[in-house]
This record gives sequence, structure tokens and C-alpha cells, in this order.
Amino acid sequence: MYEKHVLICAGTGCISSGAIEVQDALEAELKKHNMQNKVRIIMSGCHGFCEKGPLFIVFPEDIFYCEITAEDVPELVEEHLIKGNIVDRLLYLDPTTGQRVTSHEDILFYSKQNRLVLRNCGVIDPENIDEYILRGGYLGLKRALTMDPFDVVGEVKKSGLRGRGGAGFSTGMKWEFAFNSQNNKKYVVCNADEGDPGAFMDRSVLEGDPHAVLEGILIAGQAIGSDEAYVYVRAEYPLAIRRLRTAIEQAEEYGMIGENILNSGFNFKVNIKEGAGAFVCGEETALLASIEGERGMPRPRPPFPAVKGLWGKPTCINNVETLANVPLILRRGADWFSSVGTEGSKGTKIFALTGKVNNTGLCEVAMGITIREIVFDIGGGIREGKKYKAVQIGGPSGGCMPESHLDLPVDFDSLTAAGAMMGSGGMVVMDEETCMVDLARYFLAFTQNESCGKCTPCREGTKRMLETLERITQGKGQEGDIELLEKIATTVKDSSLCGLGQTAPNPVLTTVRYFKDEYEAHIFDRRCPAGQCKELLTYYIDEELCTGCRACKKVCPADAIEGEKKEPHVIIQEKCIACGACLDRCKFDAVKTK
Amino acid sequence: MISLTINGLNVEVEPGDTILQAAEKLGIRIPTFCYEPELSQVGACRMCVVEVEKARTLVASCCTPATEGMVVQTDTERVFEARRANLSLLLASHPLDCLTCEKTGSCKLQDYCYDYGISESDFKGERLEHALDDTNPFFVRDMNKCILCGLCVRKCDEINGAAAIEFMNRGFDSKVTTFFDDPLEESTCVFCGMCVDSCPVGALTPKESMRGGRSWQLSSVKTVCPYCGTGCGLELFVRDNQVVGVKGDKESPANNGHTCVKGHFGTGFLKHPDRLKNPLVRKNGELVESSWEDALRLVASKLKEFKPSEIAGLASARATNEENYLFQKLLRTLGTNHIDHCARL
Amino acid sequence: MTNSIGEVENSQLMFVIGSNTTETHPVISYRMRRAKKKGATLIVADPRRIELAEYADVFLQLLPGTNEALLNGMLHVIIEEGLVDKEFIQERTEGFAAVAETVKKYTPEYVETITGVAADDLRQAARLYGEAESAAIFYTMGITQHTKGTNNVLAVANLAMATGNLGKPSSGVNPLRGQNNVQGACDMGGLPNVITGYQKVGDSATMEKFEKSWSTKLNPEPGLTVPEIFSAVLQGEIKALYIMGENPAISDADLVQVHAALDKVDFLVVQDLFLTETACRADVVFPAAAFAEKDGTFVNTERRVQRVRKAIDPPGEAKPDWLILNELAAELGLNWKYDQAEDIFNEITRLTPSYAGISYPRLDREGGLQWPCPSPDHPGTRYLHQGQFTKGKGSFVPVEYRPSAESVDEDYPLLLTTGRNLYNYHTGTMTRHCDCIAEYKTEELIQVNYADAQDLGIEDGDLVTVSSRRGTIEARVHVADIVPRGVIFMTFHFIEAAVNMLTGHALDPVSKTPELKVTAVRLAKKA
Repeated sequence: MYEKHVLICAGTGCISSGAIEVQDALEAELKKHNMQNKVRIIMSGCHGFCEKGPLFIVFPEDIFYCEITAEDVPELVEEHLIKGNIVDRLLYLDPTTGQRVTSHEDILFYSKQNRLVLRNCGVIDPENIDEYILRGGYLGLKRALTMDPFDVVGEVKKSGLRGRGGAGFSTGMKWEFAFNSQNNKKYVVCNADEGDPGAFMDRSVLEGDPHAVLEGILIAGQAIGSDEAYVYVRAEYPLAIRRLRTAIEQAEEYGMIGENILNSGFNFKVNIKEGAGAFVCGEETALLASIEGERGMPRPRPPFPAVKGLWGKPTCINNVETLANVPLILRRGADWFSSVGTEGSKGTKIFALTGKVNNTGLCEVAMGITIREIVFDIGGGIREGKKYKAVQIGGPSGGCMPESHLDLPVDFDSLTAAGAMMGSGGMVVMDEETCMVDLARYFLAFTQNESCGKCTPCREGTKRMLETLERITQGKGQEGDIELLEKIATTVKDSSLCGLGQTAPNPVLTTVRYFKDEYEAHIFDRRCPAGQCKELLTYYIDEELCTGCRACKKVCPADAIEGEKKEPHVIIQEKCIACGACLDRCKFDAVKTK
Repeated sequence: MISLTINGLNVEVEPGDTILQAAEKLGIRIPTFCYEPELSQVGACRMCVVEVEKARTLVASCCTPATEGMVVQTDTERVFEARRANLSLLLASHPLDCLTCEKTGSCKLQDYCYDYGISESDFKGERLEHALDDTNPFFVRDMNKCILCGLCVRKCDEINGAAAIEFMNRGFDSKVTTFFDDPLEESTCVFCGMCVDSCPVGALTPKESMRGGRSWQLSSVKTVCPYCGTGCGLELFVRDNQVVGVKGDKESPANNGHTCVKGHFGTGFLKHPDRLKNPLVRKNGELVESSWEDALRLVASKLKEFKPSEIAGLASARATNEENYLFQKLLRTLGTNHIDHCARL
Repeated sequence: MTNSIGEVENSQLMFVIGSNTTETHPVISYRMRRAKKKGATLIVADPRRIELAEYADVFLQLLPGTNEALLNGMLHVIIEEGLVDKEFIQERTEGFAAVAETVKKYTPEYVETITGVAADDLRQAARLYGEAESAAIFYTMGITQHTKGTNNVLAVANLAMATGNLGKPSSGVNPLRGQNNVQGACDMGGLPNVITGYQKVGDSATMEKFEKSWSTKLNPEPGLTVPEIFSAVLQGEIKALYIMGENPAISDADLVQVHAALDKVDFLVVQDLFLTETACRADVVFPAAAFAEKDGTFVNTERRVQRVRKAIDPPGEAKPDWLILNELAAELGLNWKYDQAEDIFNEITRLTPSYAGISYPRLDREGGLQWPCPSPDHPGTRYLHQGQFTKGKGSFVPVEYRPSAESVDEDYPLLLTTGRNLYNYHTGTMTRHCDCIAEYKTEELIQVNYADAQDLGIEDGDLVTVSSRRGTIEARVHVADIVPRGVIFMTFHFIEAAVNMLTGHALDPVSKTPELKVTAVRLAKKA
């Protein structure tokens, strides 16, 4: 019998921060003290608090250590595991109170969350099906198999679950379309082609609780009358793929996948298809084309995949997070599920919180929570006490919400109405030092690069928008550029073939809508209010600090710096090309910008 | 039947028919680049977008099925602006060498720019520079003019089956080319020329047609291919008594406009300098030019010298019915039935 | 074709035998591939691994000259497995019992010894063909250019009739005809034994009708076929030869004999576009107009009569063939009155029941009409034999396998089979005068299997000599796996490598078609 359990987070984030080294060190240390039989090490899935990884939690006392390195391990073993003393310096430091916190439940990052989909992540060993089953796993499937498929569809429909991958279409209705399509072959496809920069909730679920996804897929298969599924997952997610493979093997072993599942007569097969990581392959028709071996390009809808999908057969496509919700709905009922969330958006949503907040990572919140709660409570506010400026919600397809929208409830319809979208749940927080024009340029550069090139507006329009934004941030903006941007953006949004194109202009349109003054400052005043656009800065030398070392003068490519040796230098503004070389060179911080 | 309204007019169509087909039924013109009825519909060019009541965005009429009670507008400001902007975007990447471009007059991009009042693009920026592919003897590929509608790609794959060309690269860098970007003659291309016929702009030009004349300077004559027995309908384009271009005749039930290399590029023999231009008569062992009168008189008098059973004739599987009829009529009238032709070859 | 090109795309099953459709009838092959994509089954039988074989559900790579054994074998399986259409056989045909008796011994295993096709493959093909609700057979010269070509065609017909695959859409027996108006030349009586619309020479009513219309006395005895004409020339029986738009000096089998005949004949008239290898030997050459330089009609392989329209004037003093013939008739004292091609066509329709309903205005309006079209209100005939065969009941004719006229031996160990390629046409009179095509396909390339090439020490591109029992020619080789071991393939497009110097004069006894598909040859690397 083990006396203590140590849970080390082995999500991709913590592994890259050194979780495996911590594991090795702990094993070695335990061996040294001959404690292998007293302390059990569990490598868990992602806890979401990647910012503070690697995480190291000691049970049963539930002490939450963070940012642990291999060097910290001997001390933890010696002090905590042997002597029972909490190592204070390795506890989480609350940035608002300045206090150390022992339990994760007392950390705002966790306490404001409502972890339903992530219920097992960081808690169980994702490579052990028994742990999933012990926590109620496969009960949803078991119940579904006793029900009429039509009733399973009805249950999901009643729950109000909407797709977590982007557009937020009713999952139950999608299933119903596929259910109603008559065909001897139907497919379930799990979209695990997570592509939004910074978003990794699907990866975390696959890594931390792969059986939940499998169970969701199986229930979908039973409901629509399918016998085969594909999981389309990015090849850049090797750990997720490995854990999913293991999960499939174990589920096959346990008779959850294969012939005559749980003696119900239901047969099902699950395949994994590795994608090459094109953003557009997250679009369902492009994803299907990719599985079929064609170029990953979207196809016109209708026909919708539910009618004519993979290889022309009715296909139900849902993303990872959506499917991971399904077992809960079947296990605990539609009514229970719909008690969480708002009128039009039921359940929870996982967000990948990044940017200028204190706590970055994955958080799962009930629909309807405000942006303010996410940013200031879960996120712990803006770093270094700076001022909040905006949050980009929904990744490159989403929009920028300014301070005035801090109390906007986060649900599908409110976000869309405000010009953003739920998307897959990316949330990038910006402070006063973020240039909104540059931000729009950044997201446009992403979508332009990821445009598949099939339809005119997206292929040509994103290119021309990007060029215009680049011009503006380089100080070459012209009168009419804002109108031009709006014009292209409207056309791209209104006439593109697929969701990628239709949403690509959102960052541009929302920043123009909420931060027009910043655009105008760039164009008319040749000024970047956030001080980020290099070409728009004015460089000057602080006479107090300048030693007259001549280093800046030597490096200036435009011959714009004058001054005698050992005398303060001056930048001739007419000649300065704002390259920033002097600033980089000065050892005395005498070169300043405004 | 499905009933819908377009621009306030009621129209009935078959289930599965698209909005575009419904509009055509009403005589409403909708611009298209990538649409071709016999190919799969890709909805790529977005020129055919229309406004559908309750739809979130504009929809491509070429690939959206009409549904009962649908209310469609094809000529609103919103539609006009979207089409105009898309044209302008295409034009931003397209050379404006219409003065010398072979396609002038039959170029859809040019026609639509006229319709939507665009003389130059609203957008200026980077343009890709593609090298000309002109190493094969049949046609030149100028990908700088390509608008990426993909008709050629689909013709090649879905009709010919050669699948010699595909899209390469992505996004703005997209390009239609062969496997490994090799010249066409090193690909699976069989030079059927159907890509050339389907190109809406001047990206593909038959070498034999270059400097052949503007579309309005050409007359067109519909006839039948002189090669195999499929009997493909061809449209010949003529200027100054010369055939300067060939296209498959879409209205021909034998080929629906499809061609092979011989039909499309096999008319050069018409103007070959070695064509016979005068009758020839053998004199002192040599064939020498003669007048028609002398040659005909000689043949007539010679034929009269033989018994009917000593005369034989070979009709022709390449001549017309009328000519074959007259040929056998002539020989049978002379009293011989020794008439045959190369039906067995 | 009994059926139409347009029906190909909707085929349920296509059985292509002896036709390299993608090269010889490319536009029809497009439709075959479309049909395949739409779910049709494709069976291909050919000595060569032609492109269609790549798409085939079953590919039967038979030895040259064994078609009838293969077809009998398929019928054997179909009868044995009860896949025949009893009702069709009962009501619409006669003579089935005799055929059933004949094919009894053609078990797949026995057929394998003749054709080299694995018995199971043959069984599979037969089942697919027999089980299909409608199945269409397509063939070209791979079936007919044999000393038993007629038997091959009969064997094809037996198969189609036994399964009821005639007289309905997307079925039938469909020879794909090789030349733009070979169908029309036959329809127009360009044959020794029939006048227009296959009205028999010697039939008294026919003779009377034409004698009256043409105001002349007609010879009631059928005449000679092409190979017979050349033999008759060599025997001194035929002394004057009038050749309109043909080039037998390259195209015909056994050129040694053809050249001798062309040289021997007393008086030779040739009417053509160019000074062809045949025209060079003529006493008088008439310069003819090409297709784009005249009006008229062609008939395609699906019996569709279509308008040929004048686009440009002929070069120099060249004239349309009909005009030359018209002027010659005048010179001969005949009182012909044709001012335009349409006048001739109207005479044809008057004298030809199957064309009676066709006219230029209708062709212009309706874009071609498929005969039979007996009256002006008849829409034309998309597929033949609906409800009833033209001649009443369809006759089954038993066919036994018999070896080809030539076989390999120690001196001539390889089988040569001939045909066309995509880029060229016949003797190249037209295609080789098109600059772009001539530049692209410059010379003959003999297809030789890798194993044979290795045995002979030959590499791709080598110059070789090919010899048969009649002659020797030279060409370069293309080493490829399209031909099986022991078989080589050449086209007859290139005078520089005139393959008919090698082919023999053995004929099918009924159709008089030469055996161009089977010639024993020897290959050697040119020193």
C-alpha cells in the first residue's frame, strides 16, 4: 500500500518544461531512500496551468507545487515526503495577494473554473483505461447502447450542446441529419486538427483523457448508425496520437471497440488519420478531402457532410471537445447538462488563455461567464500591473474585444454579435503596449499564409489586406486605406467559400471598429500609439545619459547622428529612417523612442 | 418541381437544379469563371454569388441547389460590390496587356471588367512572376494570366482522365502545373486541347492561333473532324481563308465539345505548302502539271479504252457520302462493280 | 455500333476487346472512363497492357489471334452458370442449341491453353458480363483483322445474344469504326456487293430501281474486294485503277504485292490532297479539296449522319472530289446535274430507305441524325434491334477456334501486331503534314517487352531490323511492358518503317480482311 501519491503533469507543456526530468529525478531519489513501495508516481494529463509547469502535486494532503525542476526534487523528497514539511518556496505565489497557496482549490485560476470536460485531465493516468472506467467512464456508452439510436440523438439535441470547433452548430441537429441520411455506410469523423495559434484544448483532452473522446465517438456512431470512425489529428501532436492509439487498443481489449460491443450487436472501428497541419483542414469539407487523399481544400456546401461526406457517404463530423462532452450528457442526462450555461449556449467551454495575463493556460468555464472574470480572476489580471486593452477571442478568425466589452458574457451569440466568435477557444489578452494595427497584421499574416488558394476573395483578398496593413504599420499608410481595408474585408467575409475566408477579416474589422483612432494615428500622424511599430517611432538621445562614445554614430546607416566625441549626440530627424540600430547599440540606454 | 423567386420573378426547376440554372431559365445573366455544367462544381471563383434571403453570407449560385420558397436577388448593391471587388482582386494579379493578348475579345475577365466598370484594379501589390511554358509544339502556358478557376484541372482529370495538371502551392502562391512542375510534354498530358478551350482568360494559347486574329475578326464554321470514326463536331475559326483555330463543338452529340490532339491540333495540313494545287499528268515518265480540261479529257478517254470488267476503283473512307456515292455511281455506270475501300483497315 | 456514343457514359458494364480505345478513339474513351467513375464495371481483353487495362476490373491479356476461343470460353461459363437470357434466346433468336453444343468443350481450363488467360480470370469476366443487367461490347480491328475475323464477330454476337444484350440502351455490339467516314463509304455503296444502304447488287428490284434512276444498264455481278483487285491487277485481269483519297501503298497488307500491282496497272488515277506514295505511281493525279474546303456529310461510328461544312477555299485549283467526279462524268458524256453537294444527298435519300427521312435542313436543325431514319418525322435510331432484329430473328452461328495463318518458328520467333497511336492517323497524309504533330511524334517506335529486349541485347532507342517472311524494315525500339513477352507492336503511320512490308496477304474468307494482327517476325539489333 502506497502512503503517498505524487502526480506529475505530463502534458505537452509540462514535458517541454522538464516534467520527464522531474520524474527521473524523483524515481532516482525514491530509490535512494528505498521508498519505491511507499510513494506512487502518476504521470497525468494536462492540468491546464501550463504557465507554472511542471506541476507536482502530493496526495493525500493535496499540496500543489509548481515550476518544479529536477534540482528541486531531493528537497521535496527529503522535506515533504520523508519529513512531512511543506516546502514553502515551491508553492504557488498568488500575484494579487503575494501569499503562497498550498492547495490548487485555493488558486483563483482553478476555483473559478467548471471542469466538466477536463474532469479527468490531470487526475487520471490517461494510459490506463481502468482509471477512466473507475471515474464513470463508458457508462454513457453503456446507457446509449440500451437506447434506441433515435433517442440518443434526441438526448444530445435536448442537451443543447453546440459544436465547440468554431461555428457552434447544434450537435444534435448534425446528428439528426446524419441519422436521417439513408445509406448502408456512414462515418463518424472526429476533428482533432486543432489549428488556432495558441489553442491546445483538444490536444490536452486527447492527451489527458483520450477515452472520453473515444466514448463520444462510439456514442455518435451508435446514434447515427455508423460502424467506422476516423480521428483526424495533426501529426504535430505525437503524444496525443500515441495516447489515442493506446486508448483504442485498450478499448478494443475491453470490448468497447470492435464486434458486438458490450453484447449489443453494435460493431465499430476507429481509425487514426494524421494530418499535415494545414489550418484549413480544420474546415470540415477540407478535412474530408484530406482523409480521402485529395488536396485539403474546402468543397461547397450543400451537400453537407451529413448527407454526402467522406467518400460520398453520410458523415457526422464533430471536434474533440464536442465529443468529450457527449459521454457526460448520456451518463448524467440532457437536463443536467443544460443546467450549466446560458439560454442559447449550454455547458462549458475550454479557453486557452494567453497573452499579457498573469496566469496563462487552459481553463474550462461555464458559458455565460464574463470576459472580466476570465481575464482578471482566472487570468489573475494584467502582468506588471499594466492596463488592459483588449482580448482577441476565437483565434485568427475571431475578433478583438475592447475594454468596454469586459462585461460581455462569453457565449456563442453574444460573441458573434460583437464581431468576434467562440472559435475553438483561443483567448489572447493584450495590454496597453499592444498595437492593434500590428495585431490585425499578425492575424492576417497567419490566415493569408493558411489560405488554401481555392477561392478568389480569400486567396487574393487576404493578400491585399495584409499588404495594406503592412504598409500602415510601416508608416506608408495613405488616406483611404481604412476604407479599402473595410471594402476588401467585407467582400472576403461575404463571398468566400469556407469558414476560413469568411472569418479571416474579423480581426481587421473589429480592430477598425473598436480602435479606429490607432489606425488613424498610424496613417495621418505617422505615429504608433502603443510604441510598437518600429518604423513609426521617433528616436532621440537623452543628453543626460549620452557619453558621446560614438557607437551609435558608427552604426547609423543613414548618417543621421551628429555630435563630437565625448559630447552628447543628436539624431537628425529628417535623416533618421527609424531602423532602431542606434537603440540596439547604445550601452547606456541613452537612445529613447517616443 | 421546386418553386423559387429570383429578382421577384417566380420560376420552377427540377429538384437538384442550382440557383444558376434557375436564373438561366429566367434569362437572368450571372457571371461565372469556374462553372462548367459537365464538371464538378467547386464554387471557387465566387463571381456567381447572389443574395439569398436568410443566408448569412452571399452564396455561390453555381453550386447551391434551389430550394422550395427560396428568395434570391442577383442584382443588389451588395452582390454588385462583391463581384466588383472580386474582379478587382483578380485584376490586381493579372497583366493588363490586352492590346496584344490573344484572348482579347473572347476573354471573360475583360468582359466582366467592362460590365462592372473596372479599368484597373483598386489594389496594387505583389505579383507572382511565372516563367512561360512554351516548349511543347501545341500551346503556350502563361500562368501569369491564370485566374486559378481550375477549369483546366478538372477537364484534364474529369473528362480526359490524364490528370496531367493540378494546383501546386497554396494561397496566393497557388499555381496550376504538372507533377514536379515539369514541362507539359514530360507529364501525362496527351494534348487534347480541352484545357485550352475551357480557359476563360488568355493563359493557354494554341501556337497555331497566335496572331491569327481577334475573335471578332474570325468567322466560325461548324463541321466534323476528319480523323477517326467518332465524328466529333468541331468549330473551325477562319480568317483570310485560313483556319486559325479549332474548338470542340459543345452542341455535337458525338463529342459534347470534347476533342483529342488530332481533332484539336490536326488542321495544319490544310495550309501545308505541299498540298496539290493542280492536276498532274505523267509525261515521259514524269508527273507534270496540267490543266483540268486536259487531265479530265485524258482520264475520260483512257477509261473508255478498257472493258468495264478491267476497271476498278477505290472509294474513300475519308471522303464525304456524296463523293462516295458519285464515285460508285460513276464506276457502276461504266459497268463495273469492282468498287471497294479501306473499310477493313 | 448497335448503340450510341452518348450511352457509353451510362453503361453498367463495358467489355472492350481488341480496341485500344484511349489512342484510337480518345473521345469515346473519355466516356468509358466517366462511366467507370460512375461505377460501371470494365472488362478489357487485349494482347497488350493498354491504358484501359489500368482501369479494368478484369484484364484478360490474351495471345494474339485467340479471340474466338476466349469468347467461346466466356459463353461456356455463362451457360454453365445459368446466366443466359432464356426469354431473349427463345423469342428473338435461333440456333442457340448448336452454339451451346460447340462451346461445351471451351472450358476455362481448355481456353487457358489457347489464350494464356488464367481460367479464373475468364470465369470472373464471364460472370460479370453475364450478371450485368445491361452490358456493352466494344471492339475494333483487334477482332476483325484476322483470317478468322468474321468468326470473331460472330462469337461476339453469340455472347451478346445469349445474354439478351441487344436492343436496349447501353448494351449491344459496338464496333468502333476507325475512319471519319468509313461508315458512310459503306452506306454509300463503296463496296463491291452492295449499293447504297446495303441494297444488294444483283437483287432484281434494286437493280431496276437504280437503273431507272441512273438511266443506265447495271452489272448484276458483285465485284472484287481491295486485296482481290490487287491480285487481279497482277494477273492482268484489271488494267485501270481509280483511287480516290486512299493510300494503299502504305496502308494495305503485304506491300510487296501492292507496290507490284500499282506499278503494273496500265492506267492509274489518284485523287488526293498530297502527292502520296500511291499518287507518285499514278498516271493522272487530281488535286482534291480537304474536309474544311467542301460541303457534304460524314457518318460516324454510331450511324450518325452529320454535316461537313465548307470553311475555306481549296488551295490553287484543287476541287472537292464530288466536283471532280461530276466534271469527269460530263467528260464521259453522262448527263449529271449536280450544282452542289446537297443535290447529291437528295438523290441518295430518294434511293436509300434508311436515309429517306434525312435532309440538309434537318441535319442543320437537329445536329445529325442516326439511321435508320425512314421518314421526315422519324427521330433517327439511337440503338438498333429494339423489339426485333432487322432481319427477323437473330442467328446464333457456332464458331470453332482455329489458329492464325502465321505462327512463330525458330526463324521468326516473335508475333508482330499492328495498329495506331494517338497522335497519328493512318498513313500520315494529314497528321504528318501538321507541323505541331510532326514535330512531336517524329518516328516509329517499336514496342518490345523488356525480357525480349534483354534476350536480344537491345536497349530503348536502339535501331533494329524487323524481318518477316516477306520483307525487312528498320526502326527504333521502345522497350516497355505494354507488350507481353513474345509480342511486338508497330503502327503503320510511317513510310520510313512501313510495317506492311512485313504483313501477309492471308485473308478472312468472308470479309476479305487481311490478318494484320498476327505476323511472325524476327528482330535484330542493327549493326
